[in-house]
Amino acid sequence: MRRLAALLLCALPLAGLAAGGYVRLPGGAFRSALKYEDQKTVRVAPFELMDAPVTNAQFLAFVQANPRWRRGNAPTVFAEARYLQHWAGPRTLGPDALPRQPVVNVSWFAADAYCKAQGARLPDWNEWEYAAAADELRKDARKDPVWRERILAWYSRPSTSALPRVGLQAANAYGVRDIHGLVWEWTEDYSALLVDADNRKQGDADKARFCGAGALSMDDRENYAVLMRVAMLSSLQGADVTPNMGFRCARDAR
Amino acid sequence: MKSLLFSALLALASPAAGAGEAPLPPDSVYQLQAQLVDQGGHRGAWGAQRGKPRLVAMFYTSCKYICPLIVDSGKAIERQLAPAQQARIGIVLVSMDPARDTPKALRAVADQRRLDTRRWTLLAPRADDVRNIAGVLGVRYRQLADGEFNHTSALVLLDADGRVLARTEKLGSQPDPDFVAAVRRAAGAPK
Repeated sequence: MRRLAALLLCALPLAGLAAGGYVRLPGGAFRSALKYEDQKTVRVAPFELMDAPVTNAQFLAFVQANPRWRRGNAPTVFAEARYLQHWAGPRTLGPDALPRQPVVNVSWFAADAYCKAQGARLPDWNEWEYAAAADELRKDARKDPVWRERILAWYSRPSTSALPRVGLQAANAYGVRDIHGLVWEWTEDYSALLVDADNRKQGDADKARFCGAGALSMDDRENYAVLMRVAMLSSLQGADVTPNMGFRCARDAR
Repeated sequence: MKSLLFSALLALASPAAGAGEAPLPPDSVYQLQAQLVDQGGHRGAWGAQRGKPRLVAMFYTSCKYICPLIVDSGKAIERQLAPAQQARIGIVLVSMDPARDTPKALRAVADQRRLDTRRWTLLAPRADDVRNIAGVLGVRYRQLADGEFNHTSALVLLDADGRVLARTEKLGSQPDPDFVAAVRRAAGAPK
């Protein structure tokens, strides 16, 4: 209990900061909504996470400094043809990519390169899921059906309307914003999420495809929001882009 | 001596752009800049694999079940080739477990499975580069708490410039006939 109070004290002041920097997350034992055959709870080491997704303006600065990652220059093995397709030009954002909107149409390789260029890395799935379990006040709000409904509502909204800018939603208990309700996000280990498209085939049928053991399955079947994130990540290749897929960076706690 | 060292450094700095070589195609897996170490302890750039068609797969040496099958598959495909064709195709196994797959561990697999290291190369990347190499090869993996891995198993056929010509997830001593046909085409005339 005292530890919880101390954690809240750590987390609360961060919640007041504006978007754009890193916040520190304490980590610890975490129960994933995924069922891992090798462990019941995962251990998340203390880490820092960007308090908002990377914006168009931030990504533009990156491609200015790294010509190899400009649209048209980036090798297709790292980024398919639709990479940054909504930008007006390779070095111009234009009307469909406002500076404070989250950058989308970025591949995993591009996101990975961006974070490495900042001396950071992409968060892994456990870190992302841990940060995403919190609501504004609780570090783990996942058992609350009202909150679940709220984050699920975003997935049912049509994705044709323009993306809001980052930082508009209230920060969660860790000071992290927009982890729900804005964009999908790459994780470092997107290709570690070995989920079969057809749940009924779990078990033996998968052993041929996934050496060692079967595919992951869900421990918490009520958590559709997490299920959808995992399904999305497990369906993508590293060079793929989508109009709703962005990212944020993480780094080990100093 | 100093100028020799300098040119060696230059060569290291631009692994893909050797003297007189055409630029790499944009869809080449060798666009990835990564350093690897082989079963002999030699360090080299991933792009140094450029120059001949290669059959590439990911594995790890402590794997007991599927990974030996990957070696079997490579051997089975080799057996379908004439000696002249065998000499023109390289077979590369890249470790997803560089923490344990030291050159010594790689060497042990090469010896135990009697792999001809004129054609077979066993490589371990740096830990930071494993996910990237898996990404360009379309391999998915997750390390388990006990150090084993869950992973997809693919054999990927690359042309001399690192473009993917064919891939198969059918492993074992009965190779996928379409894939073998693609390897034969890449290997050129049997004489």
